[in-house]
Amino acid sequence: MSRSRVIAVASGKGGTGKTTVATNLAYVSGIGCRSQTCYIDCDVEEPNGHIFLKPQIERVTNITTPVPVVDEAKCAACGKCADVCQFSAIALLADSVLTFPNLCHGCGGCMRVCPTAAISETGREIGVIEEGMSRGVHFVHGRLRIGQPMSPPLIRKVKEKIPATGMTIIDAPPGTSCPAIQAVKEADFILLVTEPTPFGLNDLKLAVEMLRALALPFGVVVNRSGMGDEAVFDYCKAERISVLMQIPDDRQVAEAYAMGALAAEALPPYEARFRQLLKSIQSAVDVDAEL
Amino acid sequence: MKELVVISGKGGTGKTSIVASFAALATNKVMADCDVDAADLHLVLSPEIKLRADFSGGKQASVVADKCIGCGKCLAVCRFDAVTLGGPPNDVLQKTYCIDSINCEGCGVCEYYCPAGAIDFSDKINGEWFISATRHGPMVHAKLGVAAENSGKLVTLVKREAKQLAEKNAADLVLVDGSPGIGCPVIASIVGASMVLIITEPTMSGLHDLNRVADLAGHFRIPAAVCVNKCDISPEMTAEIDRHAVSRGLDVLGHIHYDSAVTRAQIAGQSVVEFGESNAADDIRALWNRTSKALTYNSKSSNQEE
Repeated sequence: MSRSRVIAVASGKGGTGKTTVATNLAYVSGIGCRSQTCYIDCDVEEPNGHIFLKPQIERVTNITTPVPVVDEAKCAACGKCADVCQFSAIALLADSVLTFPNLCHGCGGCMRVCPTAAISETGREIGVIEEGMSRGVHFVHGRLRIGQPMSPPLIRKVKEKIPATGMTIIDAPPGTSCPAIQAVKEADFILLVTEPTPFGLNDLKLAVEMLRALALPFGVVVNRSGMGDEAVFDYCKAERISVLMQIPDDRQVAEAYAMGALAAEALPPYEARFRQLLKSIQSAVDVDAEL
Repeated sequence: MKELVVISGKGGTGKTSIVASFAALATNKVMADCDVDAADLHLVLSPEIKLRADFSGGKQASVVADKCIGCGKCLAVCRFDAVTLGGPPNDVLQKTYCIDSINCEGCGVCEYYCPAGAIDFSDKINGEWFISATRHGPMVHAKLGVAAENSGKLVTLVKREAKQLAEKNAADLVLVDGSPGIGCPVIASIVGASMVLIITEPTMSGLHDLNRVADLAGHFRIPAAVCVNKCDISPEMTAEIDRHAVSRGLDVLGHIHYDSAVTRAQIAGQSVVEFGESNAADDIRALWNRTSKALTYNSKSSNQEE
């Protein structure tokens, strides 16, 4: 099955500049490449890419996750459903079965094991996916419903929108646990964005561990270079990790970001810098694309 | 006893830096680092571990290749794309089934249906947690394993242990460093809080994410207040956030100026208020004064005697 080249932009620490890098990369790819560029915001808890790419939204889809519904008339109160559930999402109290949809992982186990076929499934809304265009870039993001605890099911659905051709840039959520993993897995290359501080380095190491466990190729972008110390660079050198770009600690970049502007569009040197980053990644994954 | 949880919605706004300073300023408290995915508070508080324990967030399935009969029932029932025919050969089969540990959701349905008893379904150690001593008092913290699930459960455990320790020590406050986002680790960290303090930054992303996390606090009926960090990066956006906070009934308890002292303190392994004089240190002290008053006020308003 054919699929576009996928670059995921991730980090251990929040606020290092994933969205800055991902949206600017998508922008330069969109204006430069002949092949299709797609930007997918998988930070469904706090999606920000739309602020910078300002897409015209053309389609909104409600996303649901399956949760059990019990037909009391058929229920024999045997408790098999509660026994099989690992997540305490269904319980037998006296002769009644109670469900806790927020805890349900949608495994379908309760429905399968019920001897009287008393359990069916219904969809519970967990969020929305919005799709549109931003000056030639296909834009997709997911937005998790407030109060919905689990983001991976929505992230999985958002990633189904990865097109068959061209270049896709995924903006991942921060961290190294299941939401981040769901966003980055099966990507062709990961960019880890970090900052040159003790917190930045600590969390970069966690992210590197995560990517090595997933056996995914990656490189690093150091954002706000000059704001801290050299330890992040020493680490990358010792671990033979390529630093593909450094963004200086530039107040103008911060101000453009604050107002929702793309650095590559608002500040002359940055278009070339992000093009260069795109080229370095493309060399790393050996992609055929014209800039 | 009060519980203050510091969250942000958006990552990188300064939660941990501020909590570290609060730890230096607050008296008679227990700290809890609930950012179990990417914990950083220990880098400033230099904890001395007194107790360490394993954490298991759930179970994981794996195929015992020798017992596999190749029926494929596990593949048929798995909803998480965790099963493939990629395991080693055994006496009868060229290939056995195997389960990908990253994709395995821990639901156990494959084990329930395996006719050959070939699936091992047991507790997975996902991480570890610690009770430590620091120069500012006791701290409960944790480390989630690489590629681990169920961070919400670990957060709940850290909070419970911190509360128990606070009760034992007759502490007045549990001070919680939260994580970014609005998902289950954040929900687990804010449930039961006396108040959440939302640290934001004067950017459009900061405002967008502030709204979502404030909605989350509202959804769980937890009082919330706001602090704008790095406020002078954009005075216009700071004013916008102030206006917006007021319009949705959130108190703004502080503005912190951008200050290189914050990073220099971090590099020195100290909190900002310990690292000598700076604008940021003054701003954080003022924030702490207003926050501790707001915490006391919230309790008074529910024990009306006037």
